[in-house]
Amino acid sequence: MAFIEKKLPADAPVIEKALGWVDSRFPLTKLWNDQWGQYYAPKNFNFWYIFGSLAMLVLVIQIVTGIFLVMHYKPDASLAFASVEYIMREVPWGWLVRYMHSTGASAFFIIIYLHMARALMYGSYRKPRELVWLFGFAIFLCLMAEAFFGYLLPWGQMSYWGAQVIVNLFGAIPFIGPDLSLWIRGDYVVSDATLNRFFSFHVIAIPLVLLGLVMAHLIALHEVGSNNPDGIEIKDTLDANGHPVDGVPSHPYYTFHDIFGVTVFLVIFSAVVFFAPEMGGYFLEYNNFVPADSLKTPLHIAPTWYFTPFYSILRATTSEFLRVLMVGIAAYVGLIYLKTKLPSIVKIAIAGIGLLIILGMQPWGLDAKFWGVVLFGSSVMILAGLPWLDRSPVKSIRYRPMWHSYVLIVFAIVFVTLGYLGTQPPSPTHERISQVGTVIYYGFFLLMPWWSAMGTFKPVPKRVTFKPH
Amino acid sequence: MGNEKQVDSGRRGLLVATCAAGGVVGLATTGALVSTFQPSERAKAAGAPVEVDISTLKPGEMTTAEWRGKPVWILKRTPEMMASLAKTEDKVADPLSEKPFTMALPSYCEKQSRSRKEHSDVLIAVGICSHLGCSPGKKFEPGPQPSLPDDWAGGFLCPCHGSTFDLSGRVFKNKPAPQNLDVPPHMYLTDTKIIIGKDEKGEA
Repeated sequence: MAFIEKKLPADAPVIEKALGWVDSRFPLTKLWNDQWGQYYAPKNFNFWYIFGSLAMLVLVIQIVTGIFLVMHYKPDASLAFASVEYIMREVPWGWLVRYMHSTGASAFFIIIYLHMARALMYGSYRKPRELVWLFGFAIFLCLMAEAFFGYLLPWGQMSYWGAQVIVNLFGAIPFIGPDLSLWIRGDYVVSDATLNRFFSFHVIAIPLVLLGLVMAHLIALHEVGSNNPDGIEIKDTLDANGHPVDGVPSHPYYTFHDIFGVTVFLVIFSAVVFFAPEMGGYFLEYNNFVPADSLKTPLHIAPTWYFTPFYSILRATTSEFLRVLMVGIAAYVGLIYLKTKLPSIVKIAIAGIGLLIILGMQPWGLDAKFWGVVLFGSSVMILAGLPWLDRSPVKSIRYRPMWHSYVLIVFAIVFVTLGYLGTQPPSPTHERISQVGTVIYYGFFLLMPWWSAMGTFKPVPKRVTFKPH
Repeated sequence: MGNEKQVDSGRRGLLVATCAAGGVVGLATTGALVSTFQPSERAKAAGAPVEVDISTLKPGEMTTAEWRGKPVWILKRTPEMMASLAKTEDKVADPLSEKPFTMALPSYCEKQSRSRKEHSDVLIAVGICSHLGCSPGKKFEPGPQPSLPDDWAGGFLCPCHGSTFDLSGRVFKNKPAPQNLDVPPHMYLTDTKIIIGKDEKGEA
């Protein structure tokens, strides 16, 4: 194909000529229009649709503050703790950069959890947005890895023992486990070698993957188009120009809409950074102000709050609880046998897997520690299955039976309760509550193919619900 | 365009061979990168036995030594503490230490005290929980207290996931930790001087 230089009149402004020159060589204007300028987003977005933009903003905050922190931080077991204190006390404005970074980490998770809650309410992961969801899920995994690796860097007591516990999780895998955790640590205990590799992962490896995934998430989203609180495909109703009738171009409409959201967010964010950067020990744990000591675990250790719902599930898995799980698995296999139309070969495979798991849970099988790790891992991984677990004929909670929203509320309460219990010291009562929570957590997902299709659904309108304002 | 042309099988063969050779180089490079994650020679070399003087240790007191980067507890047990071990015998998951964590109970140690016969009051154990590697805390005071059962006879409590151990480092039943605490190879140089990580059979 021959090269075509974009022709502009001789008296066109210089800036337009420059843009024409670039556009002939690189699709700058096209990229802008496809991804934002002429990207038609539903006009009925509500409060819940701000979190995507906010996540992007926090990502930028984390990368920029991170770059400046690396300039002063020393990834060395004998210097790390002191270098963080040096940033806090002696680097001009270093405390601000560091508090922005530490508050940004927690803000990121708050935003992402709300972002995912939105998807759950309005069915944003349903066809054709499965890949948008999967890329988003991968971003969530990266974020967890990023947070975990980053948490070791200050080399405080919580950093040290948190890393010790999580790395030892891999040790529960049969046969290869102990060697695997040794390989991850690079030493027989969490040490300088571990700190250095975690630093490398935190500042370069994971952020690179994260940025790639964010691009994939946005490209996939802008390909299929955004969902909306009514769960209607706005592309089904187009105007004479081929644009969705219920859509508005993101620029300028959502540009200014989001700037308002960003302003509100920054007010709250600054309030935390300036007045409560430790957030009562939830954003920065008190024990992390004590240098790492490999001989003494602090009396109370807990992961940072964003991991605690999953951590509670890990702690709930005792050998006693395995009996409940075995009954649960047997019942679930029975349910699949009686209530699904899967091909019999699939059913046999599922029954076989169920039987293997039940055998593995026997007292002479694999121990509760291994199953705790399995439950911990699968409680996160199960989120990836949502597009296929949800069988509701309509996407949005607005047109689903009323009791579906109660199910969502119960799930949210259970998630928060598990999160709270994970921050607390172990106790028999808490253990029982988190076991009940674990059952509800898994029940919510595993029974979703049935409950999400039950009840009387309301008719879905053709056009979105929107009052001009 | 090329569809109508015959595939040149000689060139196709070369193409496959080139890809295979390139793949081997790629895999080998990955192997080298993955291997850099293993413990370095320096990390492997650090792990010499350590000597501990327990002459100032009074009954009921515990001191901690560092061996291979891990805490090793040396607890001098009182007669009451020793008596509690008989009471916990049927409450612990593995009273005979048959399922070792990272190292088997040395053959010269008694099953209940998990110590050498001639110094059965001195417990020497690696203070790393067999669950996820936290270091349990001392809970020597018997009786009901938070996170512990009401018939508590003294022992250790892991702060991370609530596993409890008796005063011999044996894990109680139905706890997240699957195995008893490790007892490292050790021997007495004199009555008050212990070496950890080495016994009559040599270094561990």
